[in-house]
Amino acid sequence: MCQVGEDYAEPASEEPPPRQPGREQKCVKCKEGLPVVVIRAGDAFCRDCFKAFYIHKFRAVLGKNRLIFPGEKVLLAWSGGPSSSSMVWQVLEGLSRESAKRLRFVPGIVCIDEGAACGLSPEARAKALAEMKLILQTVGFPWHVVALEEVFDLPPSVLRCFAQEPVGTEGAYKAAVDSFLQQQHVLGAEGAGDSPSLAQGEEQLSWPCTQDPQNPQSPDRPPTAAQTEALSRLFDSVKTLTAKEELLQALRTHLILHVARTHGYSKVMTGDSCTRLAIKLMTSLALGRGAFLAWDTGFSDERHGDVVVVRPMREHTLKEVAFYNHLFAVPSVFTPALDTKAPEKASIHRLMEAFMLRLQDQFPSTVSTVYRTSEKLVKAPRDGCAAGPPGPRCLLCMCALDIDTADSATAFGAQTPLHLSQTQPPTPPPTAPCCSAGMGRVQGCCGGARPCEREDPRARVIEQLCYGCRVNMKDLGLHRAADPGVPG
Amino acid sequence: MTSPRGSQGVVGPARTRALSTSGRAAAQAPGSRRRLGPEPSGSRSPCTRFRLFSSLDRAACVLLRRSLPLLPRSDPAMPAPQCATCHKARAALRRPRSGRALCGACFCAAFEAEVLHTVVAGRLLPSGAVVAVGASGGKDSTVLAHVLQVLAPRLGISLRLVAVDEGIGGYRDAALAAVRRQAARWELPLTVVAYADLFGGWTMDAVARSTAGSGRSRACCTFCGVLRRRALEEGARLVGATHIVTGHNADDMAETVLMNFLRGDAARLARGGGLGSPGEGGALPRCRPLQLASQKEVVLYAHFRRLDYFSEECVYAPEAFRGHARHLLKLLEAARPSAVLDLVHSAERLALAPAARPPAPGACSRCGALASRALCQACALLDGLNRGRPRLAIGKGRRGLDEAGPPRDGEPERAPAPDAVPAF
Repeated sequence: MCQVGEDYAEPASEEPPPRQPGREQKCVKCKEGLPVVVIRAGDAFCRDCFKAFYIHKFRAVLGKNRLIFPGEKVLLAWSGGPSSSSMVWQVLEGLSRESAKRLRFVPGIVCIDEGAACGLSPEARAKALAEMKLILQTVGFPWHVVALEEVFDLPPSVLRCFAQEPVGTEGAYKAAVDSFLQQQHVLGAEGAGDSPSLAQGEEQLSWPCTQDPQNPQSPDRPPTAAQTEALSRLFDSVKTLTAKEELLQALRTHLILHVARTHGYSKVMTGDSCTRLAIKLMTSLALGRGAFLAWDTGFSDERHGDVVVVRPMREHTLKEVAFYNHLFAVPSVFTPALDTKAPEKASIHRLMEAFMLRLQDQFPSTVSTVYRTSEKLVKAPRDGCAAGPPGPRCLLCMCALDIDTADSATAFGAQTPLHLSQTQPPTPPPTAPCCSAGMGRVQGCCGGARPCEREDPRARVIEQLCYGCRVNMKDLGLHRAADPGVPG
Repeated sequence: MTSPRGSQGVVGPARTRALSTSGRAAAQAPGSRRRLGPEPSGSRSPCTRFRLFSSLDRAACVLLRRSLPLLPRSDPAMPAPQCATCHKARAALRRPRSGRALCGACFCAAFEAEVLHTVVAGRLLPSGAVVAVGASGGKDSTVLAHVLQVLAPRLGISLRLVAVDEGIGGYRDAALAAVRRQAARWELPLTVVAYADLFGGWTMDAVARSTAGSGRSRACCTFCGVLRRRALEEGARLVGATHIVTGHNADDMAETVLMNFLRGDAARLARGGGLGSPGEGGALPRCRPLQLASQKEVVLYAHFRRLDYFSEECVYAPEAFRGHARHLLKLLEAARPSAVLDLVHSAERLALAPAARPPAPGACSRCGALASRALCQACALLDGLNRGRPRLAIGKGRRGLDEAGPPRDGEPERAPAPDAVPAF
């Protein structure tokens, strides 16, 4: 590998030597304050400039993409970790600003309790939950705490792709903002016409249940022991940590989307930072999800149709997030995850994370390079066959299937493992005409498949998965198709 | 993957005469082939059974085999499974990709069948083509040449070996000796093209000396890769070839896509991933028939066919950036055995913005080769070397040349590009 001494050596002598941050150095932006943090490769910022820089990045990402319409209900997915806590804090601050710069959407928070999947004891889970509720009450948005066990209660319709809402054009966004501002004016004029009543007028538009921040629909009922047991059995039956993490992610996404749909949220914001997204991109590459990188790591992810997942923290590196949280006392809760204390080689996710962070030490522009490359990815099939009708979608991850037809040159090479699992007996021909693979007929298909042999529904499920999900499926237990969303 | 025990030597390609399993592999001089012969006496071999079986039809074979006692094994504590294809011989390995247990002969046959499928389904080498095989003496090009020679009658192609001498002392001479030995064995014509002849006396050692003083890494691999492409093209023209094939395997493709993402090379990402380039603007079409074979399988094939190759690392390899990608790939493979093929699958399906793609190629103003800019990369690099400023054409902003903007390679590049600091 690269020799240690020669890699990131000092640049050649004709360039000026880099300035060492010393006592006399000032903030690079305002040139007055004392710097407290170094961002990127040598830009020292003072506290106020750093705060302004951080907030500006957040607002710029939202404003540049123009996806969140004023008055829209947005669900913030909060895991308790630093990035999502920072995001929630930014939204909180953004909503409390003076009217011209105020954020114009209606937030709610969802928090998924994944303790059962990670093997936490009920006491630990209760403790973490109590800490989270404390913070949620401080923030004041309507919040929903959902246990991962509720994924067993999801209706099968969650796997259907709803019709995609047509993306609004530039004109539509501008029109929406203008009409919103007019509404504000009208409301303000009815009152005293100055800013305090404007604030009141907007108060009416914002969340009506400020008095009752708790979710009125589902009271705080803990999941039953049977469900917890079923969930831990499910996760124990998965052989590798990689597949466990992917399964957890799929279940979490489906659950969040279900909550969003039930309560009428049309957007979901997740707190993925730049570093996390770069790692996620490389991990997705290694998992065979190269066709879907733009959806996995882009700003907006609209493959679920009616609910769009948005990533406003995608330009903040983990270092910036950490420093901001430390300097401005953003509260966060640590909960152990699936891969906490796992050895480095335990899963592809861990490997990639360790690799990227180590490489970032040697070549400080690694993460930003990968991120910038990810911005050049587009959401289109490679061969440009987007003009045709949209093909079938993967059952688990809802992306258009990326499997070639059997007669393509690469189909042989890349997809043979699927047909050559050595323990499978040859699958019998389907006994009933209703057992035909097809999008949206999973229930009928598997309902009629009960008299068929056990392997048959599994083979049919596999047919409806994309390449990456198929490889993950191999690590799941053979005794049943482990996705609880698929009946049978 | 079970280690290959009791490997079978096979005479002749693609004939699955599966054999007895109890013999251990005798030490063989590389390059010799093991004759199909009677088993050493004293071991109860199924050869007699084989002769019996060959006179029966398949159903009877199956019935008879099930009723016979189990075959003797050399290690009763750990029985080896049967080959999954021929069900006669003991399995010698488990294929990394699918996990099937196969004997040596069936594995070689399956390997050759897959390469044939890749070539035929991708329409890579039409009938009547004269194919120049880039032979470096390493395992990939040796296996490639062997397999193509086996498949040549079926595909209707003729082969020529082209070896490139980069002038790396202590490394390339030994590799070339291996190529010469193999060429004599296969009876294929061999042409050696040397950098020193083609590029005005610049050998890789001279290039390394010239770039050594800059304090950063030497970027030898950038030069070597680009110049080797030119040299291969020249050699292929010399022998009158219509296609060029190189021995890139699936691991190489996986490392390339990882590397391109880490370095942010969107242009190469947009260009790569297919089965080779069709050859635009007068450049010969190139392809990589071994692209879907993982490195492990290539090594195993070379082992079972007793091929003679040179297996040491280039002396400049430790400095290459590709080393990081390679290390990562090894770790990924340990975590998930199908990681290599998953990466290749991902690489084929990347969708990049049209703006990220390189411009349509034209011709180099100096040598006439394929180039995206006024000067092809080889001429630009040599220019820099000759002017005493070797880093002239490397990295962004080719100052001092006639054009502005980042350099683009006119030809798809395999070589590691060890810009130690991705210059942005």
